[in-house]
Amino acid sequence: MGTTKDILSPFLVWKQFFRKPVTIKEPLKRQGADRYRGFHINDIQECIGCGTCESICENQAIDLVAVAGIDTKSGDSGLRPKVDYGRCCWCALCVDVCTTGSLKLTNVFTWVDTDPDQFRYIPGVDAKPWDNATKGYKKAASLELYPLERIPMQHLHPEERHDSFIEIIKGFSKEEALREADRCVACGICTATCPAHMGIPEYIKAIREDNVEEGLRIMYETNPLPEICGRICTHKCETVCSVGHRGDPLSIRWLKRYLADQVPASAYASVLKSDSIEKNNRKVAIIGAGPAGLSAAYYLGMMGYQITVFEKLSAAGGMMRFGIPEYRLPYDQIDKDINYILSLGVEIKYGVSVGKDITLEQLEKEYDAVFAATGLHDGRSTRIPGTNHSGVYQSIELLRKITLGEPIEVAEKIVVIGGGNVAMDITRSLARMQRQKYGKVQLIATSLETEDIMPADREEVVEAREEGAIIYPGWGPREIIVENDRIKGLKVVQCLSVFDEQKRFSPKFDESNENFFEADMVVESIGQGANLSYIPASYFEQLEKDHRGRVLVDTLTFQTKLPWLFMGGDIIEGPDVIHGIANGHKAAKGIDQYLNANREEKQ
Amino acid sequence: MNKQGVFSLEGDRSKYPQPGADGKPEIDLSSHKYMKMWQGPNHPGITGNMSVELTVCADEVVEAKTHVGYLHRGFEKLMERRKYIQNFPLVCRIAVPEPDYNELNYATAIEKLTGIEVPEKGLWLRTLVAEMARLQGYLMWLGGMAGAVGFGTVGQWSNYLRDLILDRFEELTGARIYHIYILPGGVRNDLPEGFADRMEANLKEIEGFMKDINRVLFNNYVYKKRTVGIGYIDPAWIYPYGIVGPNARAAGSKNDVRKDSPYVKYPELDFGVNTATDSDIYTRSVLRYNELLTDVDLIRQILSKMPKEGDFIAKLPNMMNLTIPAGETYVRSECTRGEYGYYMVSDGSGYPRRVNVRGPSYTHAVALLEKMLVNANIADVAQIMVSLHTYPPEIER
Repeated sequence: MGTTKDILSPFLVWKQFFRKPVTIKEPLKRQGADRYRGFHINDIQECIGCGTCESICENQAIDLVAVAGIDTKSGDSGLRPKVDYGRCCWCALCVDVCTTGSLKLTNVFTWVDTDPDQFRYIPGVDAKPWDNATKGYKKAASLELYPLERIPMQHLHPEERHDSFIEIIKGFSKEEALREADRCVACGICTATCPAHMGIPEYIKAIREDNVEEGLRIMYETNPLPEICGRICTHKCETVCSVGHRGDPLSIRWLKRYLADQVPASAYASVLKSDSIEKNNRKVAIIGAGPAGLSAAYYLGMMGYQITVFEKLSAAGGMMRFGIPEYRLPYDQIDKDINYILSLGVEIKYGVSVGKDITLEQLEKEYDAVFAATGLHDGRSTRIPGTNHSGVYQSIELLRKITLGEPIEVAEKIVVIGGGNVAMDITRSLARMQRQKYGKVQLIATSLETEDIMPADREEVVEAREEGAIIYPGWGPREIIVENDRIKGLKVVQCLSVFDEQKRFSPKFDESNENFFEADMVVESIGQGANLSYIPASYFEQLEKDHRGRVLVDTLTFQTKLPWLFMGGDIIEGPDVIHGIANGHKAAKGIDQYLNANREEKQ
Repeated sequence: MNKQGVFSLEGDRSKYPQPGADGKPEIDLSSHKYMKMWQGPNHPGITGNMSVELTVCADEVVEAKTHVGYLHRGFEKLMERRKYIQNFPLVCRIAVPEPDYNELNYATAIEKLTGIEVPEKGLWLRTLVAEMARLQGYLMWLGGMAGAVGFGTVGQWSNYLRDLILDRFEELTGARIYHIYILPGGVRNDLPEGFADRMEANLKEIEGFMKDINRVLFNNYVYKKRTVGIGYIDPAWIYPYGIVGPNARAAGSKNDVRKDSPYVKYPELDFGVNTATDSDIYTRSVLRYNELLTDVDLIRQILSKMPKEGDFIAKLPNMMNLTIPAGETYVRSECTRGEYGYYMVSDGSGYPRRVNVRGPSYTHAVALLEKMLVNANIADVAQIMVSLHTYPPEIER
């Protein structure tokens, strides 16, 4: 220390005097890096307002707010994220978790304003100078904060199932269910979309926590048929699932089935606390033991009403039992749900047809209220030449007979007309029976709609083909050719379009492009209609109807213009199971409201 | 060299207060021989928001008490109320100038408890940001050290050099300070195009400046006068005071977590542990200078050895629903100040039951500083403190 070198050494850096300054002269004009985490932008049309950005934000800088003037699509909450830069820390976890990928950050980071309220804005709605910035933080392609791939469902291979009616779907194991439930981001878009507004994120959370009893309780709050819905629901929830925007939607239906499967029927009463219902002496009659009727019976039963259900057929379940084949919905599972409803003290009178065995007037007199949910059990006909032949059947009749175990004709060559799920049900049922009887399948299903717009679920079409049926979509039936009183086949022409520009049913055909499907038997499956003949004309006149003659009810209570008569299910809305369940629940509340109000008036 | 140094006032103890019955000096303020002085919380000679309460006799410190609490944000408690993923924007703020070790330790703790595996490339990128953080941390410290003894120019140079590294951080992670780059399972992004070339240019610039800094600072009579023999740390204090990192290595310890319990990709890198024995401010500053040059070499090694292709993040479970089975873990890494530890306890829920952050500043800036300041000259307080390289935000989690 203290050498001459130590005194002179510092002067050796004299060259630094001549260096150019490194200071940034205009900091406000400095560009952020390409990945810089600056201000938010949001593609407002792509965004669905799922709110995962809001729930991951640890600073609570994001609020989902209602925004006017955006086109809300199906599965869109109509809300959009509002960012508060007094709270935001630009961590960009909101970008990483965004289910649609609409939210991004720009590399713009300077913003000078005298009004503090300006720093709270809705990206994409409130115009900002960086709205068109292309650079900025975007989620890396391989970074996902939740798994996008669905846990595959185990099911029977075509060879194992094509000649029997055993259930195809095996159901999740616990480990699979936990992994699938883990994928949920709990946005609640599903709840909003489900006609019954089931607490889907809540029961999925119960699965994650391995609390199946809590899960069952949550399901029964809005749906008393979880075993059934867990198998054959049209799962509108999955169609809108926010995870499905960039990946596979959650298997909500299978998770529901998993929950219901885990709880044995014997435990239901204690889990759902139905062993301590306070009964009242008011009586409600329900016509039809289908999803809507059973749902209403359950909720009214839980409220203590005395319920009598009048069922025309010999078993309860309606279309769930008599329309849906056993390979999709085994009868023991239907029984599990229905037996629990019966355990509440609900009485079902089988084989009683209202209108024949007992009249609606009688029900009006004997009961405090009536809920009619008779469903759509009359098959519609194409009414093309040849349909009056005895070898032409309605799919709905055949399905009913299969369930009842009655013998039906199974010809060697069959043509099914129709492209909906019922058409696929009869196609696959008949294919199984053909294989049992002849050892091979010779069955053609044809529909007006081309494959991309066929109303049947995609997996139904795929599985029908796997089982040997031939699906020929895009053909319009013209005539059933009958020779010597024997059906020879179905003449069809190519269908160019099904709907007109106003999306009304108005098929257009290319008459020059004909085809012929050989068959000994033809099944029509183009939809079903209601049979409301049990309502006497004097009553029917008093009901409000739309221009197509459909009965109109109050959308909240399902009450008709006859105050004691409530109607719901497929005859009002749908047709599908979940709408029926939702209608039944709402009608139960409506009836309760009506009867309580009525009693107060009488007092 | 005389360990006590030229400016040490050890020796004539007659004017100092005599120890009382409990062994502590008895200071009678009413005697008017002593004066209370506060260094900080707002003072250029204090590193960050803390303060030292000095009792001085003339210009000599007879007693020092450290005061913290100016920066308490309660991060450890806040973390118990947030999901695991939501804590990433929090942990980076615990040691502001070096967020990456917090992110690394926190992510590693989650990985240890959940079994999430980090892909090869992710580990390399983590090593890279850890060394970049070390480099910019030392550059920032160098400016502070030079500034404490009055060499503001060196501080400007080193802050310019640090800004170059922050530029690289900005293009790699999207932010200059709070990188939030490391997530459980890997990192958030790959290297941008041309990153290695730009980094190499920066490293050359840093090396060039380092030659000048060596000339102007470490071969400088004034700097030596102000630092040699001052701020002595006795090797015997290392264990009782929990001294780690460069502060311990300058006192002869070979303690370095990168070597002692290797993590990320350090086993595949070729580097030595810098040690010295003189243990005064000068020795510590030269040791850090040498470490800085080692870092430059390490960053070059990392960029050349890192695989070009490959995943940088694992397939993650849903981080919004992440629950961690009941358990506990201690994770440590070597930051610029030494061993940086995270102790995490999970109770099986989606929220950490307890996260304890154990940074080296906790002992260095509180217990050790109080001991070192006794008998020091008031003018030396600032450089003794800076020479310990402590971050108050890390003391007050």
